[in-house]
Amino acid sequence: MSAPDTRGYFGDFGGRYVPEVLIAALDELERAMMAAFADPAFWAEYHEVLRDFVGRPSPIYRCERYAADVSSVPLVMKREDTNHTGAHKINNTVGQALLARRMGKRRLLAETGAGQHGVATATVGAKLGLPVDVYMGVRDIERQALNVDVMRLLGAQVHAVASGTQTLKDATNEAFRVWAQRVEDTFYVIGSVVGAHPYPFMVREFQKVIGIEARRQTLERYGRLPSDVIACVGGGSNAMGIFSGFVDDRDVKFWGVEAGGKGVDGDEHAASLRAGSIGVLHGSRSYLLQSAEGQVRETHSISAGLDYPGVGPEHAFFKESGRATYVDITDAQAVEAFHAFARCEGILPALESAHAIGFARELAAQRGADDLILVNLSGRGDKDIGRC
Amino acid sequence: MLEDAFERARGEKRMAFIPYVMAGDPDLETTEAILLALSDAGADVIELGVPYSDPLADGPTIAAAGQRALRSATHLREVLALASRCRERCPPIVLFTYYNPVYQFGVERFAREAAAAGVAGAIVPDVALDESAELRAALQAQGLTMPLLVAPSTPHPRAARIVDAATGFVYVVSRLGVTGTGNAPDFAPLRRQLASLRELTDKPLAVGFGLSSPQDVRNLGMLADGVVVGSALIDAYAGARAQEAATRVRQFVAPLIAACFLVSP
Ligand SMILES: Cc1ncc(COP(=O)(O)O)c(C=O)c1O
Repeated sequence: MSAPDTRGYFGDFGGRYVPEVLIAALDELERAMMAAFADPAFWAEYHEVLRDFVGRPSPIYRCERYAADVSSVPLVMKREDTNHTGAHKINNTVGQALLARRMGKRRLLAETGAGQHGVATATVGAKLGLPVDVYMGVRDIERQALNVDVMRLLGAQVHAVASGTQTLKDATNEAFRVWAQRVEDTFYVIGSVVGAHPYPFMVREFQKVIGIEARRQTLERYGRLPSDVIACVGGGSNAMGIFSGFVDDRDVKFWGVEAGGKGVDGDEHAASLRAGSIGVLHGSRSYLLQSAEGQVRETHSISAGLDYPGVGPEHAFFKESGRATYVDITDAQAVEAFHAFARCEGILPALESAHAIGFARELAAQRGADDLILVNLSGRGDKDIGRC
Repeated sequence: MLEDAFERARGEKRMAFIPYVMAGDPDLETTEAILLALSDAGADVIELGVPYSDPLADGPTIAAAGQRALRSATHLREVLALASRCRERCPPIVLFTYYNPVYQFGVERFAREAAAAGVAGAIVPDVALDESAELRAALQAQGLTMPLLVAPSTPHPRAARIVDAATGFVYVVSRLGVTGTGNAPDFAPLRRQLASLRELTDKPLAVGFGLSSPQDVRNLGMLADGVVVGSALIDAYAGARAQEAATRVRQFVAPLIAACFLVSP
């Protein structure tokens, strides 16, 4: 399994572009993370919480009807929607919150877009007795109101971020600023494989459980590995989580599905890898959507969880090295997949996951019975009811 | 250029006064008027902010100033042109810019064009020591300085490496957090940090973040070589344009500059 280099780079991507005030905290985090990763007792507790509290392992499920009209390929879902709180996000927050407690930190801080990461952080904070502050853009608060209520019920403080685009990008800016003020006693729980080193690596390691389980389950059930693994990509954590279980299986193709919004030829999308360029945002060098002058652009996606101008540095590395291929699915295609999947399979997918599901149908048409498509169903769609 | 400015202040037994202004807030004409007013008032060095969409190290005042400047279409190229126009009439200008605009402009090209514009150096708050080598080398090759920041959270051995690598001056961040006037620094630990940095280096030490009043300036005593005032200055001219903004700036900085004299002149 590939780790970034000592400066936190995956190839040319990653690093640590943050103000000096945060460097000592990142060093402290990196040391504590390495010690925890080397400690079997840490992993034992992590897996125990995932089993008893989150409900892992999550099942895999072979779709009966969704793409049966276009292909005989087995189409298999990794059911992260069955996790407690309804998405993959909690795998990561369990890991980070346990690490925070081990470091003696007294508060948790998180940014959130769709609210899934905020809910997952609030949940783990409640469980461990750590107060949680969540920063969320005003626009996201409006479009994901249900999750805001849930966070508050769990005892978290939800802070509305009214600056800039009022979405995940600016919520993340604000979380960094608040962290800079409270570095001494606060643990910043980042929600995706983004941010300054060691976050992209750490979040991947906490999401890797998805891929490790899925690999074992596919082998057990079907006696073979998938030909293709598909996941939606916002910051890229559910994708990196499932990919990393198969990274050494060179014949397994990886497909990252970005938010095509109203079309990647225009300005209203969030497809950083498909349509962006290399730059620095939120502490690392990666692909991002920006102007020629290096101003980060406003993005658009019907799904709040994908509405982000950056992407994790390891995805940029996978793109450059050709290990993964990045495609996009538009708002309209995602909504269509959302409805079709609900009716064909009896599962409401999150709008984010509906992007992966939409692309899976396209890919299925090019695959046959000997292949096997594995899709990360990253979350459930209750939060999106009434929005599409 | 920078060294001379600090040298002169030191010779006059005072701290150098380093105002921060956001270029293009609300338009470049206003910024030019402000720069000239600051020069007349006796600023020793000027930090000129380059607008950026995602200023992680800045509090609400400077972030909002940057948004206003972006609305007037001010980007790195326009800021360099402004610096060039003002070079004969201003004290040394140090750009304060986040990394991404520089990266898109091209690091080498940035250093070249900044030198051509007569700029003295660049402070890049999201490029700490660890990522600074390439940019520092490019700037140095053009004779430009790159002050680095030291924060209250910086461990001592790291601070030693930072002051070694910093050129022009060392930017001492007065407190945890971001720029802004919300909470004043806690001066006792700040003075201790300045004293310990003083033992490490003869390079000028300039203190910034959260300084807004003459009393804040006096609280630094003899321990710093310069004081940076940003958010409070921007608040002082917010809403005004051109000459009116310049007048407000003159009124605002006069007592701050007076407070920089360790011995009353
Ligand atoms: C269900 C779901 N899937 C995917 C994402 C996108 O995040 P990532 O790309 O980090 O997996 C989110 C983000 O909120 C989400 O809630």
